[in-house]
Amino acid sequence: MRKVDYSGEFEAIVETLEKVGGDRSVFEDGDASFLVVSGNRVLARNVTAGLAVEVEENEDGVSVDLTVQDDVVLPRPVHLCFGIVHKTGIQRIRSRYIIGDNSKISFIAHCSFPNAEDIVHAMDAEIVIGEHSRVRYNEVHFHGPEGGISVLPEGRISVGTNSSYFSEFKLVDGAVGIFDMNYTVDVGDYGVTELVTKLYGKKNDRIKIKESIHLNGIHSRGIAKTRIVNKESSTSEVLGEVIGNGSYSRGHVDCTEIIEGNDAAASAVPLVKVTNPLAKVTHEAAIGSVDKNQVETLMARGLDENEAIDTIVKGILK
Amino acid sequence: MLEIQGVNYFAGERHILKDLNLSVKENSVHSILGVNGTGKTTLGFVLMGLSGYRPTSGRILFCGSDITDLSITDRARMGLTLAWQHSTSFEGITIRDYLLVASRNAKTHGDGGVDAADALRALGLEPDEYLNRNYDSTLSGGERKRIELAAIMVMRPRLAILDEPDSGIDAISIEKIADVIRHINQNGSTILLITHSWKIAGIADISSSLCNGTILLSGEPYRVTQFFVRQCQQCTHKNEPKPEEIIDAEG
Repeated sequence: MRKVDYSGEFEAIVETLEKVGGDRSVFEDGDASFLVVSGNRVLARNVTAGLAVEVEENEDGVSVDLTVQDDVVLPRPVHLCFGIVHKTGIQRIRSRYIIGDNSKISFIAHCSFPNAEDIVHAMDAEIVIGEHSRVRYNEVHFHGPEGGISVLPEGRISVGTNSSYFSEFKLVDGAVGIFDMNYTVDVGDYGVTELVTKLYGKKNDRIKIKESIHLNGIHSRGIAKTRIVNKESSTSEVLGEVIGNGSYSRGHVDCTEIIEGNDAAASAVPLVKVTNPLAKVTHEAAIGSVDKNQVETLMARGLDENEAIDTIVKGILK
Repeated sequence: MLEIQGVNYFAGERHILKDLNLSVKENSVHSILGVNGTGKTTLGFVLMGLSGYRPTSGRILFCGSDITDLSITDRARMGLTLAWQHSTSFEGITIRDYLLVASRNAKTHGDGGVDAADALRALGLEPDEYLNRNYDSTLSGGERKRIELAAIMVMRPRLAILDEPDSGIDAISIEKIADVIRHINQNGSTILLITHSWKIAGIADISSSLCNGTILLSGEPYRVTQFFVRQCQQCTHKNEPKPEEIIDAEG
């Protein structure tokens, strides 16, 4: 099932991947699972035991069906690389991941658009996690400096009994462009989820995030954590929603948005709701400039003001 | 090393520091002793040059240079720093990075420094447990206070202003804090120790009693702490001493 196309396009995507900490040796390793897609073409793939992957190339993207059988623990992460190296294009990723019971899998996804001037990258994902399973999904984007890109991720995740889903989405290198995320997670009995989203808005970037966690099961837990820094004329709107439906469910919305400069703007709407008297959800949101005490503490250690702010921002987006 | 000459500071209408004069000798531990609300922390902030804490009048000389109008960064790069009473926390910055940021950027007094792990160990914090941990709000106030002192050890400033390094620390650990302050001093840093505890002030070479934004008395620590215990802590005119009390102290 191993297919590798070492064309210039593949090289360009892998070079970008390395800029955000990726490791190209993964694609030369027969024991690693990976999928590399440029536009609507599969450039490279490898599937290891315990994993079933079906990929269909469509007119404007790909459809990916990934299945992990019951009782499968994948010792190494599955690497997913999506991107377009050209200046223009559309890439729609339709993915459906089915994770069986008593299984464990982690994904490292890199999305590269180093030369984007007019690109749409849309993802429509459905992840269904069985019982007693662990799923971790880390996604890092690398964009060029122009910001001519729309990133439109949509996801519906179902976390089964006593299972967990942790995701971290990071877009801090290059211009964000237009970003409109909409994720919903349903959590079953004793299930856990944590959604972490970090973005660094610059120039005219427009960021919109809706994350919704439905704590349906008894003793289910969830947190939606967002960290955004906006500078220049970038803006962000965050709707973090946690609904406690299950008895003893516990949830939290934690949003920090920092603006640098007079033209940037940020808003946050934490929406917390309980439909069960035994559930409890909380929220915290901090919006504004970089904390003055933090800046002055670092200045008292010898950093100038810009270095101090840069250090603080890097920490928040780390 | 540090000369504070006739410094006045107003917070709005309130006159906090009143014609304050103080001289801190190089390589000394000089404690500033005062009850709550006397202007101790304000003095530290004014000396460090924090925003909103510029003196209305007077001069601050550090190593012979007038630093009254210098930025916090410039002061730090000359070798002056402050350990906050209520230290802040940083998301995503490890304790190792926080400790090293100072040694990379501020002017130190020379060789003979302490590395980050040794500094933590000296303060009773196990490096393996703390170095890679984030310097964030999951740490207790007492842990953050010790890490502030560790940062000073690693930084090796010419002059460290320590604002209430003992507050929020349990009694057993106060001895350790005192040892660390002595260690920092023996390693070449002059210490301005701001405190309301006569016990910790006792480790100083010289003490000054601050009341109502004015130095009432400076001298040998035993004499100043005795004055503090008998007069200041019992005083019914806290922060508003009667003229005869000031005369008494000066006499």
